[in-house]
Amino acid sequence: MSDVLLRVTNLVKNFDVRRTKNSGAKKRTVQAVTNVSFSIERGQTLGLVGESGSGKTTLGRCVLRLIEPTSGQVEFDGRDLGLMKFEELRWLRRKMQIVFQDPFASLDPKMTVGASIAEPLIVQGVPGSHSDKIIELLELVGLSADHASRFPHEFSGGQRQRIGIARALALNPALIILDEPVSALDVSIQAGILNLFEDLQMKLGISYLFIAHDLSVVRHVADRIAVMYLGKIVEIGDQETVFENPTHPYTKALLSAVPLTDPKAERARTRVILEGEVPSPINPPSGCRFRTRCWKAQDICSQEEPMLTIRPSGQLSACHFPES
Amino acid sequence: MADKILQIRNLQVTFDTPFGQVFAVRGVDLDVEAGELLGVVGESGSGKSVTFLAAMGLLSSRARVSGSVVLAGEELIGKSSRQLRSVRGRIMSMIFQDPLSALNPVHRVGKQIGEMLQAHQNLTNKQAAARAVELLDIVGIPQPDQRSSQYPHEFSGGMRQRVVIAIAIANNPKLLIADEPTTALDVTVQAQILEVIKRVQQQFGTAVVLITHDLGVIARVADRVDVMYAGRNVEQGSIESLYDHPSHPYTRGLLASIPQPGKGRLTPIRGFPPNMMDPPSGCAFRTRCDFADSTCEIEIPELRTFSDLQTACLRAQLLPSFRMKQ
Repeated sequence: MSDVLLRVTNLVKNFDVRRTKNSGAKKRTVQAVTNVSFSIERGQTLGLVGESGSGKTTLGRCVLRLIEPTSGQVEFDGRDLGLMKFEELRWLRRKMQIVFQDPFASLDPKMTVGASIAEPLIVQGVPGSHSDKIIELLELVGLSADHASRFPHEFSGGQRQRIGIARALALNPALIILDEPVSALDVSIQAGILNLFEDLQMKLGISYLFIAHDLSVVRHVADRIAVMYLGKIVEIGDQETVFENPTHPYTKALLSAVPLTDPKAERARTRVILEGEVPSPINPPSGCRFRTRCWKAQDICSQEEPMLTIRPSGQLSACHFPES
Repeated sequence: MADKILQIRNLQVTFDTPFGQVFAVRGVDLDVEAGELLGVVGESGSGKSVTFLAAMGLLSSRARVSGSVVLAGEELIGKSSRQLRSVRGRIMSMIFQDPLSALNPVHRVGKQIGEMLQAHQNLTNKQAAARAVELLDIVGIPQPDQRSSQYPHEFSGGMRQRVVIAIAIANNPKLLIADEPTTALDVTVQAQILEVIKRVQQQFGTAVVLITHDLGVIARVADRVDVMYAGRNVEQGSIESLYDHPSHPYTRGLLASIPQPGKGRLTPIRGFPPNMMDPPSGCAFRTRCDFADSTCEIEIPELRTFSDLQTACLRAQLLPSFRMKQ
């Protein structure tokens, strides 16, 4: 089965920054997302990884048009979101939902759990009383029917995240954007939520765009991986290919920065420790944006921007001197 | 046995709140040997930070602390705040998760390092300034001369954490306590900061306590590990043994929860951590444990030697052998 549910083409998002004093009236632009293209098939998970400021959250929001992209195309189920009128877009959002990172901020403290879960149904004008649906959803995410009348403060972080997932599932979406859905949770709780995503995907055939900075989590859940650096995808391909044979130096460095939980393996391996930090997206480096931290950089890297190119092991990466 | 730089015995910390007492630390026993890097791991609310804040005498007056904390042969519990001030920053220092809030935004970083030096040593301003530049160099800040006269907002997150480390090691303390020092940082920067901490330990023989929730971070740098749950230590041992054959059901549960390449479905720990206002009787983990029986409700397990680990579980010898799924 290889039908594409979501196709993003040359997506760009720039934010204007105005500085009032000192810097004069010069308008500056943060290039948060630059020419990003990818697709997600039905029932698949694309993991989007990158450090803070790489643009992964902005990208996720542009896909839903929660923020308007500057340019580029987002097609969902063959239809171009950019051409849609607001009403049409709102209707289509039934099929695309989002779960946020912080389960403490994403639920209204004054609404019962049942009311929170029913809200998307009401907003979308789904008729009838929703009590059966609420119970069904609560049970689907591993909670129980009597939780519906309680308030968010009575729940732990992991349980709140389950409530957020139940709310996202209320309208039977085909795609859920998961923006760092487990990074606020302790590991023992995180594992249960990751299993839940897996079960829901199997049962309901949902696609996920899974945004996270934790590579071991992404590796666990994703079929395909896209690695972002300063607003661009530097490498994209099958999960195993990218993790086993990274071809972009940044992917290699990122993988090497993540500590393994096996002390013997961890100490035996050779690590690439990157120098410096991610440069500002206001004035990104010319050519390859990673060149200022790259140990392989040469003159060409500052002059010519590398394009995503297919590599022998099957993934795409954007580098003049790819690892083999 | 090497010298013990820090010895904690039966440490108890209780907070009075309007809703009742919170039993945050409930009898912690822990040794830190001179020059070692001890990893302390636990989930939120396990008492790992509170244990060391209590040891440093940094808790508010709402906290009631009892037990014994011996630092380099000196008992700290019961000391006046003036006496503690002479210990902090000289014999032991602490760094925290958020380096920005640890620095004063209106002073140049060189001055802030100098302040720490002059608090404990008789140095002229000029000597302190020169030493500050040296310290910035030690923690890997490029162009330390110029950086020394900059303000914290001119530094990135990773660089700020380096400045904080420079302040903490200014007086060459015997013990550095690092509380989640890399949690706010990106992985590539985390790797750099862990290198700096490891280098301080090796170059100056400083003992380091690294408090974290990340078992991967501990696997990278620690010599020994202490696992905490619900205000008590549940397991201690060398890093190799603890990751290879953990004996405590909680340690096993933690390791089984972590996603790893090639590992199939994850095994989460069921339930959630107890309410520390009303912790379960006996073993606090029993409510989430697959091996608990009625004895676990009555007796609080103490740390006991079990193969080459110290494990606080009454049923440790009855558990099936454990191998990480690979």
